[in-house]
Amino acid sequence: MATSQRSKSASPKPDRESVLRPADHVSGSGDAPVGPKLGIFGWLRWIWRQLTSMRTALILLLMLAAAAIPGSIYPQRSADPNGVTTYFQQNPTSAPIMDRFQLFDVYSSSWFSAIYILLFISLIGCVIPRIGVHAKALMAPPAATPTNLSRMPAFKAVKAGPKKRAAAVPSAEVLLKKKGYRVSVGENSVAAERGYWRETGNLIFHVALVGLLIAVGVGGAYSYSGQRILVEGDTFVNNLAGYDSINPGIAFNESQLPPFAMTLNQFDVAYDHTNKTNVGTPLWFKAHVTVRTPGQTAGTKYDIQVNKPAELPGAKVFLSGNGYAPVITIRDSKGDVAYSGPVVYLPQDANMTSLGVIKVPDAKPEQFGILSFFYPTAGKLSTGAYTSIYPANANPLITMNVYKGNLGLDSGIPSNVFSLQVHGLKQLTGGKTGVKSIQLALGQTSTLPNGLGTVSFDSLRRYASLDVDYNPGQLWVLAFALLALGGLIMSLLIPRRRVWVKVTEEGIEVAALARGDDPLLDRVVGDLSAQLKPKKTKASGDDLASNEKGE
Amino acid sequence: MQPVQLNEGLSRFTELGIYISMLFYAAAFVMLAMNLAREASEKKSQKAVNARLEKWSVNLIIAAAVFHGVGVIGRGIAVQRVPWANMYEFTITATLTAVVIWIVAQFLRPEVRFVGLFISGFVTLALGIATTLWYVQVKTLMPALQDWWLLVHVSVAILGTAFFNIAAALAIAYLFKSAKWVQEPSKKLKKNPLFKLMKLILDKFPPMQRLEELSYRFNIIGFILWTFTLIAGAIWAEHAWHRFWGWDTKEVWTFIIWTIYAGYLHANATRGWSGKRSAWLVVIGFAAIIFNFTIVNLFFKGLHVYSGLK
Repeated sequence: MATSQRSKSASPKPDRESVLRPADHVSGSGDAPVGPKLGIFGWLRWIWRQLTSMRTALILLLMLAAAAIPGSIYPQRSADPNGVTTYFQQNPTSAPIMDRFQLFDVYSSSWFSAIYILLFISLIGCVIPRIGVHAKALMAPPAATPTNLSRMPAFKAVKAGPKKRAAAVPSAEVLLKKKGYRVSVGENSVAAERGYWRETGNLIFHVALVGLLIAVGVGGAYSYSGQRILVEGDTFVNNLAGYDSINPGIAFNESQLPPFAMTLNQFDVAYDHTNKTNVGTPLWFKAHVTVRTPGQTAGTKYDIQVNKPAELPGAKVFLSGNGYAPVITIRDSKGDVAYSGPVVYLPQDANMTSLGVIKVPDAKPEQFGILSFFYPTAGKLSTGAYTSIYPANANPLITMNVYKGNLGLDSGIPSNVFSLQVHGLKQLTGGKTGVKSIQLALGQTSTLPNGLGTVSFDSLRRYASLDVDYNPGQLWVLAFALLALGGLIMSLLIPRRRVWVKVTEEGIEVAALARGDDPLLDRVVGDLSAQLKPKKTKASGDDLASNEKGE
Repeated sequence: MQPVQLNEGLSRFTELGIYISMLFYAAAFVMLAMNLAREASEKKSQKAVNARLEKWSVNLIIAAAVFHGVGVIGRGIAVQRVPWANMYEFTITATLTAVVIWIVAQFLRPEVRFVGLFISGFVTLALGIATTLWYVQVKTLMPALQDWWLLVHVSVAILGTAFFNIAAALAIAYLFKSAKWVQEPSKKLKKNPLFKLMKLILDKFPPMQRLEELSYRFNIIGFILWTFTLIAGAIWAEHAWHRFWGWDTKEVWTFIIWTIYAGYLHANATRGWSGKRSAWLVVIGFAAIIFNFTIVNLFFKGLHVYSGLK
């Protein structure tokens, strides 16, 4: 996977294939070894060579790019689980078939994994021998001067008298060494090479990619990401039961959760109301929390903002969402409290029109559920329906539709607290019932239909969606990524070139050969030949060269 | 933190600079094409006009860039922040960057001057789309974007895109020059006056190997910048979205683009893959960048929803 090496520069070892294969090797399918001559090891070796060839690496890279595309088209369980659920509901016949081909888990699918694992095997198989070759090259002197320099891509011959010819080899040695070349001096020639860092950088890049993959894998195994919705005034204790949902890595252990309790004291949000084009745009969100660890009663205060997580020992706590949680009390027909507390409403639009569900299984004589909308700043549409016209709570209003019947909570099947399955329930208000939906302003109480009791909107709180995350691999991932970047820069920008200076009977020959792209090849040869045999106008050049020799 | 004073009037007024620059770019496009045609002409009287025409088309693009710059800076002042937080702003800034890099490059290496033909055409088109379809009124940054990584991550992405853009123009020139129907045209095509003109223009482009080399050099800079964009994006994603990589649609496409260009670098070192095939990879890579910026931004579901459009 030598990204730096280009075949057209016609260097003696232009690419990885010719390092591994004979120089007269011709690419193409026709050159595969003939079967019968190969034993099982021969075949294995052939397969290995194919796998570690540059062409295979290239094909695998392009396959990897193509294989990543479906994951951006279809919803993925990892990034968008709700999208997957919706997709199944909308495409009940095709979705299960697609699921069998792992199209909803593309990046952990067997086919995607197969491509990148093969790619990495190919990479390792290519890089390991190259490390050996490069180590040898680092220790060996530069390649001896070839007989015919004029065949090199950059070549210049200048005529010179005996004095300059005699000085050419020692001056060239000094000049080239000064420019960072590794120099080996022959009888009447100098061979020099520079830019070993190009290959070193290339190897660093590829090895760092392997490190990156390992860090991602190991880090992911021990990582976890837990979500919790926390209403103002509530406290969350960091254990498994404390989370609404948690995505642990495969090696995760509950004891990894650092013990702490977090209280959301207040959630602050500011919306722009001064700039006409920007009204209602959130300017900032701030979750003011207090964190208590064992033995610590006072606690530490943090202001969590988007982009500014609370960095606790062993975990980071991020702010990922927010909304309104009106405090609602429901009394049944006997006047007993059947429900009381903050209800988390999920925002549906930019103006925080929010949807909430209340299930009242304990109501006597009959269970009922409520589908409800909350408008922080209620405004009426021309159709008569309400909508929120501003995201802050300037004119809070709740509307409710009541559904009577078995809520299905006693069957033991887990159900989503944020949705009400209205199928099989009897709608009592709103829609086609002819009974107006219940409307509650802050502090109001209203009677429920059919003598079910009363409902009141006692107060308004906000909530924050918090994400607790831990990934021990991520610093390693960053380190390897930066190492790869450094290696990449070296391997693409440092020119690797060989330069030869030879004294002939008529004068001096200078030639250069690049390994990989080298924009300066001709200039190097031109400059060097000019320095070795300066034009007459620069008479001091000859002295300069001999001066340098004397240093 | 006080809400800033946004200025829609200023944004609209300086957008005039963008409109003027579009006229200039379009005119420069025509002049550069005329210039190449004249240069290729065999008539001596026409050749004489050359130098002046070329000089004036370069000057015209420089003037266009100045007006373009007024539009970009004006938008920045109007919103009191960097002008690259939605599709309109990103387009005007990224195209200006590509133009400026071209201006610098053609002074250093006059042989890339002909790329101005592609750049001026592309920029006119992109600005036309941005001003008509993607303009959004002045807005503050949503909280997720309020971070100095916006400065680093997006500006480097813009730079990388600009380098890839020029490299793609060079690869397209290469593909035209090396195409079989251009190299060995049919008799009927040979007589076609339009084809003759095109052939004359193509002959004025640098030789094929030179185009390949130049494209490679712009691509390696683009690739380094793109790699940095990816890493910077991951660092930012870690503290904005609590994970450094989550296969968000935009992340997926950034990865796809990176992989295509990595493939291109390998293609250059694989026998039978340098030349036309690697030039195709450059075109595909740049097409993926455009796709990532337009289709993914507007129609794919994801976290990078910053077009500001409804």
